Parts: sequence; structure tokens; C-alpha cells
Amino acid sequence: MKYKTNLSLLFASLLLLCSSVIHAEQLIMARTNQSFPEAMSKLQETIISLNYKVSRVQRIDIGLTKSGFLTDKYRVVFFGKQKEVDTIVKKYPHLIPYIPWKIAIFAEQDDTLLMTANPMRFSNEKFPGADKYLSQWSEDIEKIFEELRESE
Amino acid sequence: MALHLKIIVISIIALSSTAKSIYAEQSKQQGAQLYSTHCAACHGQHGQGGVGVPLALPDFQYGVTNDYLTKTIRMGRPGRVMPAFSQLKQSEVNAIIKHIRSWAPGKPFKYSNKKINADIKHGKQLYNQYCASCHGANGEGGKGTGVTFSRPRDLPVIAPALNNSGFLTSAPDLMIKTVLMNGREGTPMVSYLKLGLSEKDIDDVVSYVRSFENIPVTQPIEAPKEPLITFDSPHSLDKTVNLIKEAIVGKNFRLIREQYLNQGLVEKGKENKKQIIIYFCNFNFLNRALAIDPRVGLFLPCRITVTENNGKVTVMSTNPLYMSSFFNNAELNKLCKEMFLTYSEIIEESTF
Repeated sequence: MKYKTNLSLLFASLLLLCSSVIHAEQLIMARTNQSFPEAMSKLQETIISLNYKVSRVQRIDIGLTKSGFLTDKYRVVFFGKQKEVDTIVKKYPHLIPYIPWKIAIFAEQDDTLLMTANPMRFSNEKFPGADKYLSQWSEDIEKIFEELRESE
Repeated sequence: MALHLKIIVISIIALSSTAKSIYAEQSKQQGAQLYSTHCAACHGQHGQGGVGVPLALPDFQYGVTNDYLTKTIRMGRPGRVMPAFSQLKQSEVNAIIKHIRSWAPGKPFKYSNKKINADIKHGKQLYNQYCASCHGANGEGGKGTGVTFSRPRDLPVIAPALNNSGFLTSAPDLMIKTVLMNGREGTPMVSYLKLGLSEKDIDDVVSYVRSFENIPVTQPIEAPKEPLITFDSPHSLDKTVNLIKEAIVGKNFRLIREQYLNQGLVEKGKENKKQIIIYFCNFNFLNRALAIDPRVGLFLPCRITVTENNGKVTVMSTNPLYMSSFFNNAELNKLCKEMFLTYSEIIEESTF
């Protein structure tokens, strides 16, 4: 009986995984009506609440304005988990240039926009073991963005 | 007995009407939720526009049918940012459209699928005279499709690509004709009747626009198989890093940072010193890219990673062409090709 239940659970999980692979959007984006500083703070707070560490924030707007170009606030937030990064480097080299994962965040008038590539789009048949991480990241990013969309 | 029957009937009617209103409310909420998840980032939370068309514009609302919106959501605009949402259920597409429609009172125009067969040659002359300056010589649309209000921008909309297969499939001839006759308030599109064209002239232009179906149009951007560019280096880790930095500067990029891959994730001093990231940027190039699509933050900053494992040094970068396919932006794809060459040349030069 227990074996049967486990099998059903496994089958259901596989179906769910397959459907998210096939139907996943390429970019995950969100708009929030929070101002840029509030959204930035909420973003980092939410990333941390999911047990990731923000490894760095790159201030794109500063370099641009110093070079004489006009732009609104624009940052890139890098985040990850040490153990996952170590595993990726060892086992899944095709992902090395993409880690730590990043979220671009920029102001558009009074709103703030956030976007990232959908990790599931980096699923590779040569490295099926990486899907575990990619689907978890995808799920967590959806959670982060949903939190931002909902916050006023 | 009769009284009981009446009570039962009234109760059923009341229940059914309550169920209907609960269903309507759920559908309304679902539409708002789906719009927020899939559309708001580009079109604005209230349809005010941004990367995408301002959907709340009354003239847009009245001028397009639900069928046009459905096909647009389903097919997108290949190469013009709007993705194809083939993963959505029809009920979800309907809920999104219902939500979009809630911004404008009144009913949209209805068009038949009647074809307009007019003088294409004359239509081409008129198109070149009146339309090409905004919509492009071959209907390829205005530049800067993906530009949001975070960048300097004069207009709320970019002239659509009339030769786009997504547009041509979604818009019936009579819809194109109506837009040409009435214009679209709130956009640079004016009424061509008011500009002096006759209805016959407008039919000719519609036929010419329809003839774009016969010429090759922008194809969806295909992703290459490999998400990264990678080479083995014959040099030591330190020498490879130095050669990469020289090559970067040689390509007119500015070095902005060198760090360990797991820096910031581990305690200071415990980083893996055999995994190094070199970040660099060319702000002129970046400004060009941002003027085409402000979402390019996902490529930023430019980066090359060098790792050493058991004495083997490997150099790698993202493949900008792989990422480009996510953006569905043909203009951006051209820059990604440039960037692909730059990355390849830097890596090849430093691992030679």
C-alpha cells in the first residue's frame, strides 16, 4: 500500500516536473508599484527568507551615469547557496557562467520591474541531475516575484 | 405542496444566481491574477503601457476584437518582444481578455473576415509616402520595441511591425482599414481620411500591407544548443586570468571587477581561489543595448569565468545567443551576435 502511494507520488511529481519544463516561460518578470528603494529592500529580504544569500549587488546605473548616459535606477542582484554553488561547479559545468543566479531590478517611473531568466530553460539532457536545482530555483523565484507583486 | 415547490424553485434560482456571481467573481480575480503574472511587467499594472502597448488606451480597446487579442496572446509577435503564450489554457486567455476589457466601457468594433482585394501597386506608393517613416520601408515596425519609460522616450507606443506574422494572422483586413480611416487617439497614428486619402486609397494600402504575407518575415529567434562558450587554456590559472584581462582591454571594454565565484556566499577568506570571475563593461555598448531592450540586465555585467580543476584550466562565458532567444527581440539579437563574437575572440585570444 505504502509502495503504491509512493509510486503515485513519484508519478505525480514527474508529471508536474515535465509540465513545468515544457510550459515554462523563458523570462520570469514582475512589476510592483513599490518605489525602487522599497522594492530593492523587499527583494533582498525575500531572497534571504528563502535561505539564499545575496552575494553582491551590481549598480548598473552608476557606471552608466558616470559615463554620461541617462538612466533610471538599475541594479543586478546576485544570490545563491554555497552548497549548491559547490555542487554545480563540480557536476554541472554548463551552469557555471550563470551562477550565482541574478535578478535585474530597475525603476520605471513610479513602478519597479524585476526580471530573471527561468532556470528551467537551462535544463540539459546531458545533466539531468541539475534539474533538481533548476526547478527549485524556478519555484523560489516565482515565490519571490509573487511576494513583490503582492506588496503595496 | 405547491408552496413547497415554489420555495424549492426559488431556492434553486437563488443558489444558481449566487453560484453564477461567485463564478464571475472568481473569474474576475483569476483574470487580474493572470494579467499581473504574465502581462503587467510589460503592459503596466493598469494597461498604461511600458515595454508593451498601452492596452487601456480607449481607441485601442474599441479598435481590436477579442479574436485579435486571443491570437496575439497565443502567437505573440516573433522577434518583436511580445512572446507567444501557448502554455495558457483557453479559459485563462479569456479571463485575461475580460480583465483587459474592464478598463474601457462600451463594446469593441466587430469586423468580418472579408478580404479586401484592391490595387497593391498603388497601395505600395501610398504606403511609402505615408506609412514607411513610422512602420518601416518593409513594414518592419519602429525601432526600440522593448524600450520602457525608464529610458528617455517620446511616445507611449512604438509603431507596430505590419509585416510580422503574428500581426498579419491576428488582424483582419477590415480592422487595418478601420485604424487607417479613424486613426488611434493617444498615439501618432492619425486618420488618413482626414489627411486626404479616399476610402479606395485606404483599401489599396490595406491590400499592400496584406501582401507582406508573401514575403519572408522575421522568424522566431532560435536558441543555439549550447548555453555557454568554453575553451581549455594551455596556461596556468594566473597567466590565463592576466591574458583575459589584456584581451578585454584590447576590445575596448573596461575591467570592473575580479572576484572568486563563491565570494559573498562563504565566509571571507574561505573562498575557492581556483574559481575566478572577471567582470567587464563597455558603457557605450551597454547604452546601445538598453536603448533596444531595458531587460538586458540579465546579461550584465559582461563576465568570463576561469576555473582550475586538477591542473586543468577552463575558460567560459555565457552564450549571449542562447540568452537572446528568451527576449524575442530581433534588434537585440543583432547585438547578441556582436557580443558572442567579442566573447569568443577574448576567450580564443587568451587561451591560444
